[in-house]
Amino acid sequence: MTPTDIHQPDYFHKVVDCQWGCPAHTNVPEYIRLIAQGRYTDSYLLNRQSNVFPGVLGRTCDRPCEPACRRGRLPEPGETLEEAKPVAICRLKRVAADLRDDISDRLPKAPAVKNGKRIACIGAGPSALTVANDLMPLGYSVTMFEKQNKPGGLMRTNIPSFRLPEKVLDDEVGYILDMGVDIRYNSPVTSLKSLLDEGYDAVYVGTGAPRGKNLELPGRYETDRIHIGIDWLESVAFGHVSTIGEKVLIIGVGNTAMDCCRSSARMGGKTIKVMARRPRGFFKASPWELEDAEEEGVEIVINHAPKRFVIENGKLTGMEFERLEWDAEAKKSKTIDTVIIPCDDVILAIGQDNAFPWIERDLGLEFDKWDMPVVDQKTFASTRPNVFFGGDAAWGPKNIIWAVEHGHQAAISIHQYCHGLPLAERPPAHMNLISQKMGLSEWSYANDYNPAHRQKMEHVDLAKRFRELNIEVEMGFSPEQTAREVQRCLNCDIQTVFTAKRCIECDACIDICPVQCLTITRNGDEEDLRGRLSAPAFNITQALYVSDALPQTKRIMAKDEDVCVHCGLCAERCPTAAWDMQKFEIMIAQAGDLCQIPQPA
Amino acid sequence: MPSITKPIAAHPSLAKNQLGLTIRDYEGSMSTLCAGCGHDSITAAIIRAVWELSLAPHMIAKLSGIGCSSKTPTYFVSGAHGFNSAHGRMPAIATGANAANRALTYIGVSGDGDSLSIGLGQLSHAIRRNLKMAYILENNGVYGLTKGQFSASSDLGSKSKRGEPNRVSPIDPALLALSIGATFVARSFSGDKEQLVPIIKAAIAHRGFALVDVISPCVTFNDHNGSTKSYSHVREHQLRAIEADFVPPAPEILAEITPKGVTNVTMHDGSVLRFTTLPAGYDPTDRQKVYNYLLEQQSAGNVVTGLLYVDESAPDVHELANTSELPLSQIPFEALCPGAATLAKLQDEFR
Ligand SMILES: Cc1cc2nc3c(=O)[nH]c(=O)nc-3n(C[C@H](O)[C@H](O)[C@H](O)COP(=O)(O)OP(=O)(O)OC[C@H]3O[C@@H](n4cnc5c(N)ncnc54)[C@H](O)[C@@H]3O)c2cc1C
Ligand SMILES: Cc1ncc(C[n+]2csc(CCOP(=O)(O)OP(=O)(O)O)c2C)c(N)n1
Ligand code: SF4
Ligand code: SF4
Ligand code: SF4
Ligand SMILES: [Mg+2]
Repeated sequence: MTPTDIHQPDYFHKVVDCQWGCPAHTNVPEYIRLIAQGRYTDSYLLNRQSNVFPGVLGRTCDRPCEPACRRGRLPEPGETLEEAKPVAICRLKRVAADLRDDISDRLPKAPAVKNGKRIACIGAGPSALTVANDLMPLGYSVTMFEKQNKPGGLMRTNIPSFRLPEKVLDDEVGYILDMGVDIRYNSPVTSLKSLLDEGYDAVYVGTGAPRGKNLELPGRYETDRIHIGIDWLESVAFGHVSTIGEKVLIIGVGNTAMDCCRSSARMGGKTIKVMARRPRGFFKASPWELEDAEEEGVEIVINHAPKRFVIENGKLTGMEFERLEWDAEAKKSKTIDTVIIPCDDVILAIGQDNAFPWIERDLGLEFDKWDMPVVDQKTFASTRPNVFFGGDAAWGPKNIIWAVEHGHQAAISIHQYCHGLPLAERPPAHMNLISQKMGLSEWSYANDYNPAHRQKMEHVDLAKRFRELNIEVEMGFSPEQTAREVQRCLNCDIQTVFTAKRCIECDACIDICPVQCLTITRNGDEEDLRGRLSAPAFNITQALYVSDALPQTKRIMAKDEDVCVHCGLCAERCPTAAWDMQKFEIMIAQAGDLCQIPQPA
Repeated sequence: MPSITKPIAAHPSLAKNQLGLTIRDYEGSMSTLCAGCGHDSITAAIIRAVWELSLAPHMIAKLSGIGCSSKTPTYFVSGAHGFNSAHGRMPAIATGANAANRALTYIGVSGDGDSLSIGLGQLSHAIRRNLKMAYILENNGVYGLTKGQFSASSDLGSKSKRGEPNRVSPIDPALLALSIGATFVARSFSGDKEQLVPIIKAAIAHRGFALVDVISPCVTFNDHNGSTKSYSHVREHQLRAIEADFVPPAPEILAEITPKGVTNVTMHDGSVLRFTTLPAGYDPTDRQKVYNYLLEQQSAGNVVTGLLYVDESAPDVHELANTSELPLSQIPFEALCPGAATLAKLQDEFR
């Protein structure tokens, strides 16, 4: 293999599994260390830089970082690999948010003198709010059109308040709007053309995927007790609906279904069944969402496909299902028989669609064969130069953290566009590598992790939590739990950095490494090398770090990054400091960062 | 001294031996030696060898004298028995232990000072008696523990850290051992585990006394230019002349036809030493020729490494001294200590 170029920011970024896995690339290990030091406000602000809504996300994030977390690949003795649990990254984010001080004087502010550019954002969901968050400090005038009478998008209208207290959302949305965003509530945009006619320099479409999917089955329109999930949750959120029948069926088993069933449990539902077509393991809802629902007495019924609504005397009395049997991959099914399950209400939670009836099709804005706008994956630009898309509006429903990342990228594009710079040339990421050596066998980070099990979130008593709709169920970590959980993190950003010319090939690093990461061997191609390491490196998603030829024998040092615990023992035992532990920090570009296009020499 | 003990985490593809143990189960406490010390690397090689041999930790006894090298038994196989003797006196302890219990695997670790200076007499007689043990001499050319004085293995002209050359002629443990009847002589280098691990395994399998002289650079006092025991000097002058694989006892391997140009030596326990590289005319069972070859190469400035000499036919200490088959700990007390009357009767026989 050719020697690894560690000065490519992506190389070490990938070693920080959680940060690499986070769509917005939140610097997780650093924020965890700040919590460990009791610096909650600093930790919060570091989070906010990338993910904008730490308080909201600390409760609701889809957590792509957690399945990526290295700690989840390191079972403790007696544990199987499946039992190994990642660091509770998301829960710790909430700790930082809950314990922060007043941050008003540390927030970015809009400059007194504007830059003269006017941007329109359609929708006030997380993606459009992120665009405003990034552009306001640069002097843009941002006008935001929202059809509801409150900001936040689905975070407000669909995520129930027992998961996300309103105050948490209000605070974090407020930080953005208070920079002076001109927000117009109750202002649905009904024509893009007329908006463009108002002469905005750029328009950002962050309208989400607002149309809940329907289920056209016999009986659908013979009753008013069949509800579209996201619309029903919205009515609940705004207090338009406060009761539901005793027997409730939820169709679908994604995130929306989970919020619908748990909301029903708080509004009078007694027998609540979530009806799934497929077996467990093939659901869209996360395992923790299923656990929470089941804890509240909701029954998850598998292998049932809806057939018709049963209406008797104009009244919904039940629903008929086909019972299915699936093959192992849940690809093919056959029907065994049909059953009727009685109910008073049905909530449809089977997905969302985008809909753009308000975009005229003659504006130079191309739509594809599914009637979706054509949007560039990298720049978020539509085919009309001054119109950008992001969040669920771009490619269908995702989640908050992706909406935020889309917002950051779109803000970069809008900034480039307004300054006549090419959109495709993205401002590059920068990186720092700083030695953490404090002395002989002494580091400026805690290099010993706690082999404790992942801390379990405590919940409010079942009896108590149903008293009111907005009692937050998760109680947050206790100080003791926080202390243990932060110590579980392996500091994956403290990188092992190798200087080949110093190595005398004494093997000390190889012998000390607790997880057999290191090997000195003759060079070869990657596949060959992976098989010849101290412990074969079968996890090909994790890189091999390969050195230049070593001075004495011309062999190479190879490191399998897979399960390095960043203990620093290799560097401690190295007599020549050929290994060093260096803190890696990546500075991901945001709007306003310079785009350094390399000039030909 | 490392800041922390090794975390207990393990690589997912970590293998298990026949006892179901991973190599980590054979570790000891954290080393307190200098970072980069060759001795630590030998410790790692011993760990690998005993793990690969699937030895049960409680059936191993670790013995040593005094010195940095002699500290290292603490750093491997915590589950084994151990004895840290007075300086240069490990062979005496090993002799006693051998007599008391021949069921254990004895691994001795010593230094060039411990073995060739203060302990030379003890070492010599252990060799002559063909004590059943693997004796690993961690050879760095200095007294590491007492801050780097020249030892008895320091080569003529080799420079101290302050630049003074050694003017006293050295003892080569391999030549010494051959001259007094050793039955297993090997030399290796701490920086060459590929060679060292199979040698240690063979030494453990050997029926009598196995001397393994391992050049083991002292990073602090003897790894400078001008030293003949530095990493770079050994790498430049190492002559890997004699290469042997250690093949554990297994019927299917023995049935295999020996490839052309390969010399096999069958060990007492059924394992096989398969010599794959040998200089022309070299015979690892011919004491005279091996001796001559080593002398020749020594004057050429080469450090010959490999499994140099082996003789599986010579009787070991147990045959020579007619020791008990059964460990003394398993003999009933009455048989072991039959009382004053029996002693008096025995003494009467000599009057
Ligand atoms: C029930 C449910 C639960 C969810 N739970 C989670 C969760 O726990 N964690 C998570 O990460 N994600 C969750 N999501 C997904 C997440 O809420 C969305 O992916 C995210 O909010 C998308 O953000 P956005 O900015 O693209 O759009 P949205 O949040 O949908 O915001 C769009 C905004 O645009 C407004 N708007 C739409 N059309 C117009 C128009 N023509 N004119 C003016 N305004 C308009 C809307 O009123 C809305 O305020 C959930 C989704 C649902 C449905
Ligand atoms: C009887 C006695 N004499 C002298 C010493 C001092 N002493 C301790 S270690 C040592 C030399 C050890 O050298 P070596 O065996 O080569 O070990 P190394 O430290 O080099 O590995 C000496 C002379 C002692 N401990 N006991
Ligand atoms: S152990 Fe810590 S730094 Fe490493 S991936 Fe998990 S959370 Fe991130
Ligand atoms: S920091 Fe070094 S010693 Fe520790 S696990 Fe990583 S490679 Fe191994
Ligand atoms: S400890 Fe240092 S000098 Fe020794 S092999 Fe490792 S990197 Fe090289
Ligand atoms: Mg010595």
